Amino acid sequence: MQWEIVIGLEIHAQLSTQSKIFSGASTAYGAQPNTQACGVDIALPGVLPVLNYGAVERAIKFGLAIGAKINSPSVFARKNYFYPDLPKGYQISQFELPVVQGGSIKIQVGNIEKAVRLTRAHLEEDAGKSLHEDFHGMSGIDLNRAGTPLLEIVSEPDLRSSAEAAAYAKALHTLVRWIGICDGNMQEGSFRCDANVSVRPRGTEKLGTRCEIKNLNSFRFLEKAIDFEARRQIEILEDGGSIRQETRLYDANRDETRTMRSKEEAHDYRYFPDPDLLPLSIPKEWIEQVKAMLPELPEARRNRYIEDYGLSSYDASVLTATRETADYFENTVKQLPAQAKLCANWIMGEVSGRLNKENIEISQCPVSPVQLAGLLARISDDTISGKSAKDVFDSMWQNEYGGSADAIIAAKGLKQISDDNEIEKLIDEVLAANPQQVADYRSGKEKAFNSLVGQVMKATKGKANPAQVNTILKKKLLE
Amino acid sequence: MTLSVDDVKRVANLARIEINEDESKQVLAQLSGVFSLIEQMQAVDTSNIVPMSHAQDMIQRLREDVVTESDQHILFQSIAPQVEAGLYLVPKVIE
Repeated sequence: MQWEIVIGLEIHAQLSTQSKIFSGASTAYGAQPNTQACGVDIALPGVLPVLNYGAVERAIKFGLAIGAKINSPSVFARKNYFYPDLPKGYQISQFELPVVQGGSIKIQVGNIEKAVRLTRAHLEEDAGKSLHEDFHGMSGIDLNRAGTPLLEIVSEPDLRSSAEAAAYAKALHTLVRWIGICDGNMQEGSFRCDANVSVRPRGTEKLGTRCEIKNLNSFRFLEKAIDFEARRQIEILEDGGSIRQETRLYDANRDETRTMRSKEEAHDYRYFPDPDLLPLSIPKEWIEQVKAMLPELPEARRNRYIEDYGLSSYDASVLTATRETADYFENTVKQLPAQAKLCANWIMGEVSGRLNKENIEISQCPVSPVQLAGLLARISDDTISGKSAKDVFDSMWQNEYGGSADAIIAAKGLKQISDDNEIEKLIDEVLAANPQQVADYRSGKEKAFNSLVGQVMKATKGKANPAQVNTILKKKLLE
Repeated sequence: MTLSVDDVKRVANLARIEINEDESKQVLAQLSGVFSLIEQMQAVDTSNIVPMSHAQDMIQRLREDVVTESDQHILFQSIAPQVEAGLYLVPKVIE
């Protein structure tokens, strides 16, 4: 039987506010335990939550970026469960009337573009952290993270493969950073994924029983966990068994998922509207104000790069992976409008390779877009060869000669020899010195040609224009 | 809707309230009374009324996104039963 995989994702994006969602404690990462947990966060008796304007504004921004409905009023609810890192005994979340409802985001897998629908995105507070290392048989609780604002983004079950799920998660990851609502740091847990996975016979409508996989802290793990889980479910069904609805944990070391809790043990959260918080009203004027703050979105930029600069859809996607990369590209191409493809190739090749190697972000790139454009201009007007360009780039990276391409080319004598007479003279010398290879070539050994080109390039220290060398050499050998 | 003693015990367990057999029966009678009151109210036609999410007809006031709280963990932890390395210690919990 042919099986179809059905996936929906729940993504928790930590909102990049200075203070917590319901208190004035700091959200800075990495502080000493419990130094950023105030009376509200540790749930001292008598405290009251007061909602953070910045958290709501970020949620509205997200809603507008995916074309969703912004609910007003929007209501906060208590989600009740017992766990020591949740001091109140409930998490303030949203149930009915989330801030953001509906919307969609476009993803690309291979050459196929697809719109993934979102169910909702709601505001909630994060819990603290439990440390289970040995404290004399006890657990340690750090409440610094308690009360950190989260946007939980829930998709419809529109994804049909692990590749689509990863593309969707990446598209959201790009978007939340692009609009500046989340730093997207997956190591620090600022962007976390859970996946709901089920399978059904291809061609049928009815959804199979789903399992939720928790704790997927990288895009690679997300794909691997879904692949494993789908295989597991298909095997059970093909053996005549049935799937139990449960929550499973992905174990990256063993590349498998295993039961965390079954539906029977599942929590009964007893949601109800939080009497400590009044309904949130979001007037039209506020929405308009946020709309005016939104930058040009990744999808719009991607389309513009394809239309205005003639880039391939792949190049346009790579260049719009982050807003910083897109800005870098745009500032480069502004200097060299006719050479968009050359700019794209260099940014995706040399520049990003070097950034990866040194493990720095493009915003910290020592070569500015204007400097890079200066170098690319010299490649496109044939002043230097592609090989020399890499040397110039390296010098620019070290900030030699003020990082100016022209100054480096002049100082290092990298100007390409493009004078026909000069090249001819050099070729004559090489031919005279290598009669054997000339004879070999003339007797039909093509390989000898490359060897002669190599000799010429060596004689010019790589500065001769290779295309010219090829043409002149061929002409000479035919004489 | 009729409630059973088992329902009462389950809800008590979820809310971490310890009650014995006699209390369960007592609570059952009280809760059943509440349910019959709700039944009475459900007779009213509310189809044109927007559900209320709060008893007061007011909207939520927001605070500016600024850090206003300073570190008071030493004070807070002075009333905690057990503390180590800045952490609150609790009986071991692994989900």
